[in-house]
Amino acid sequence: MSTQQTTKPADARDGSGSEYLAFTLGSEEYGIDILKVQEIRGYEAVTRIANAPEFIKGVINLRGIIIPVVDMRIKFKLGTPTYDQFTVVIILNIGGRIMGMVVDSVSDVTTLTPDQVKPAPEMGTAFNSDYLMGLGTVDERMLILIDIDRLMSSSEMGLIDRMAA
Amino acid sequence: MAKTILAVDDSSSLRQMVAFSLKAAGYQVVEAVDGQDGLDKAKQQTVDLVLTDQNMPKMDGLTLIKSLRGLPTYAKVPILMLTTESSDEMKSKGRAAGANGWLVKPFDPQRLIEVVKKVIG
Amino acid sequence: MTIDISQFYQVFFDEAEELLAEKERLLLAVDIAAPDAEDLNAIFRTAHSIKGGASTFGLNDMSEVTHVLESLLDRIRKGEMSLTSQHVDAFLAAKDILKMQLDGHRHGASVDQEAVANVRMMLHDLSEGVIVAAHQPTVPSFLHAEQKQEVREGAHRYKIELPDIPQRDVNALVDELGLLGRVSVTPLAGGRSALIIMTHEGLDDIVAICSFVLNPEDLKIFEAPPLTPEQRAIEALERARIEDEQGYGFFDPNEPAENTQAELSNDERGYGFFQPIEQIRLEAGIVPETPQPAVAVQSRPEALDAADAAAEKKAAKKAADAAHAHAEAGSIRVSIEKVDQLINLVGELVITQAMIEQRSDGLDPMVHQRLLASVSQLTRNTRDLQEAVMSIRMMPMDFVFSRFPRMVRDLAGKLGKKVDFITNGAATELDKGLIERIVDPLTHLVRNSIDHGIEMPAARVAAGKSESGRLFLSAAHQGGNIVIEVADDGGGLNRERILAKARENGLPVSENMSDAEVWQLIFAPGFSTAEIVTDVSGRGVGMDVVKRNITQMGGTIDIRSAKGFGTTILISLPLTLAILDGMSIRCGDEIYILPLGFVVESLQPARADVKDIAGQGRVVKVRGEYLPLVPLHQMFNIAPRFTDPAEGILVILETEGRKAALFVDELVGQQQVVVKNLESNYRKVAGISGATILGDGGVALILDVAALLRSSRQLTDDTVVS
Repeated sequence: MSTQQTTKPADARDGSGSEYLAFTLGSEEYGIDILKVQEIRGYEAVTRIANAPEFIKGVINLRGIIIPVVDMRIKFKLGTPTYDQFTVVIILNIGGRIMGMVVDSVSDVTTLTPDQVKPAPEMGTAFNSDYLMGLGTVDERMLILIDIDRLMSSSEMGLIDRMAA
Repeated sequence: MAKTILAVDDSSSLRQMVAFSLKAAGYQVVEAVDGQDGLDKAKQQTVDLVLTDQNMPKMDGLTLIKSLRGLPTYAKVPILMLTTESSDEMKSKGRAAGANGWLVKPFDPQRLIEVVKKVIG
Repeated sequence: MTIDISQFYQVFFDEAEELLAEKERLLLAVDIAAPDAEDLNAIFRTAHSIKGGASTFGLNDMSEVTHVLESLLDRIRKGEMSLTSQHVDAFLAAKDILKMQLDGHRHGASVDQEAVANVRMMLHDLSEGVIVAAHQPTVPSFLHAEQKQEVREGAHRYKIELPDIPQRDVNALVDELGLLGRVSVTPLAGGRSALIIMTHEGLDDIVAICSFVLNPEDLKIFEAPPLTPEQRAIEALERARIEDEQGYGFFDPNEPAENTQAELSNDERGYGFFQPIEQIRLEAGIVPETPQPAVAVQSRPEALDAADAAAEKKAAKKAADAAHAHAEAGSIRVSIEKVDQLINLVGELVITQAMIEQRSDGLDPMVHQRLLASVSQLTRNTRDLQEAVMSIRMMPMDFVFSRFPRMVRDLAGKLGKKVDFITNGAATELDKGLIERIVDPLTHLVRNSIDHGIEMPAARVAAGKSESGRLFLSAAHQGGNIVIEVADDGGGLNRERILAKARENGLPVSENMSDAEVWQLIFAPGFSTAEIVTDVSGRGVGMDVVKRNITQMGGTIDIRSAKGFGTTILISLPLTLAILDGMSIRCGDEIYILPLGFVVESLQPARADVKDIAGQGRVVKVRGEYLPLVPLHQMFNIAPRFTDPAEGILVILETEGRKAALFVDELVGQQQVVVKNLESNYRKVAGISGATILGDGGVALILDVAALLRSSRQLTDDTVVS
């Protein structure tokens, strides 16, 4: 079975294309559904959470609410995690939960039409193919499209309590 | 110019529904939670129409109607009873107390507005 | 224009809930031998109001139950029937059924239809004892007095031929079916009757209702053709004739223009007038909007003008009074979301104000005197606002306490025990969110006391106690907390049995454990020393859930007990979820907050007072007792500034009968903090109970003291060298 299940972002209203936020991690460019992105901020001091995995940097105060910040570079071993004035945190809204994701840099918002998206390969990418929606090609660029919803809600990220207390 | 209706009922859900419906139809509404409250509010301002429930604490509907009719300003103001049954007993008591008519509960908002319009326009 | 009345459902649900509670309260309090007339009226009114609302909002199942209830209560309050304890029991059962139905509508909870049917039968049986004068077989075929339903297009007309059944069953059927639509009775041959029903409801509902009284094989239902206009007119005239006979009628001169078909009587429409409409309007001084055929109005222009002027003056006055007049007596309903939002915003304000305070700290007071004075004014204002807003969500404990009298009565009765239930401090207030969460744990504790604590009357007397056991529930404010006490004068907890059971379950115990520690064992999961597991309070899995609930609310639970004398459970809860008095401490680079309520004192120990227990951690001697030393840096994997307790600070904490010394680098300060929870966007973190935003905008985590102390037990043993 070679067909990949792709989960298209929900905004393909007119069928003409979907918008992705493109960002870099290490040497690759990735894309996520723009609708899941709430805002983009610089990196600021994070309050560490005791005994949490290394890639969960801690929590920050986002205008009065406390949200966790994860560093994808640490989680998926991509590039070198540095924290300077160029470091960017993408604030995501996944089903009402707000969280921050540290990346190397943010490029732009790109619209991809369905024919610009090819199925993702089974292996060869840092991310488990379960979380990949496909590969987007536009001009010379190739964006690895991530199902950020699925990824962030997954148990391997450990951001959500699976069991009720 | 908008007419004012006094709605007297101890059930807040019913009272709110009556108030809302009448306001939507362009009337002004004063609410009272029992007979005594109704009498007090009626004295504070003379309204164009009184709608009153029967079974209420402190002062029931029939007593309210009789009291209102005892006030010079309310001798001729239309008063309608909100009642749960159209029994003969209800009718005779209501008429004797001085009510002008009755409306059976439950009623839907349309009917309420229809009746009110008939009486005060 | 259609008006959607479903927006009032919520209001009615709340109202019905209050009415049901009121009804129960009144029923429990009424003196069956000599009932107070006003009490009976009040009970009647609760049923009447619920019925009115239920019918208005289409909650037919509830209006059916309240219908019979209401007629019974009406007869009782009029003195036609005397109140007996069977009545009270049936009415209480009806209240339970109504509550169940209400919850069904409100939350989608399931409704036990069999229980509903049982209660209805019970009520019907009770009403059987009285002759119902309204339904006679000779009543001509016109509309039944009880009907309230407007029958619109699409209604069906069914004819139900009844077999030879007693008149009261016919009446019961008429009553029940009357709630589905319009029912009339016509006589059949052989003394039997047929019912004609005009309804929108399905045949299934009709059959279901008939099955109460009839056997399925006796049920003959036909669909009858709707009445022609002529037939309806005949019905209407028949009705009018009868009304006339009784001395008054209802006629509405405005109608003929609108209704070319047979005139619908006012009864059918559900309203009517005692005089012609124009007369009412004329006397009221209302100018007709369209020219009326009736001449009276036109021929008195002066009267009209005067009325006009008077009406105008009234309007002006009304406009002025409008705002004033709309204020309802005493209180308003506000949605919880709005209140929560308000509280959040005030919380933000507190933080911002703290930031301002912090930043103005560094300013020269001489140069910035006026600014600093304003800042302290701002601080005062903010604190006052905060207090006022927090109090909005505060509700009296009575909300919780009032549930218990009924439960205690039922439960004690079921178990054959006698229990006096006493409450104290019902006016003590607690945050609404906590009130809702404390109900289940308290219920469990109360049931436990009655089930396991208080002995059977005979056993009590034999032990020299009063026959009735005493169950005491109280609430009081203490510092920033509310302390709730559940006490009984029963047999107390059995220490030996608990220790034995704990050993059985493999829990680490020793004979030297203090009573307080032994009692805490019952909170372990799966713990129950009850010899007979009654279905009343279950297998003791309740106690660990109770404890978990309390801890999740940020509270603690302590037990005191003495054999033969009784047991007291003390629950302490923070007064609000949102604001906490905290002590901030630093460990390494990180700042944490300790809820002040758990802090006993802080000190720097002498090196000699710190002792190592081989391989199990350290203890410290404080005021003659040895307490486990909990190194925060170790628990949380922080690189501390000090590893030697004698160089750092120990904060002595106490909770749940345990004490420990938390080892940190330094104390930073004390402040009120706004608690934010982590779980909304993240997850529960072990050892952390929440987070807060500091004056500088950064986040500090709040330590879960109880959890820390519990896990510290794993680090140390309780065999202590003294």
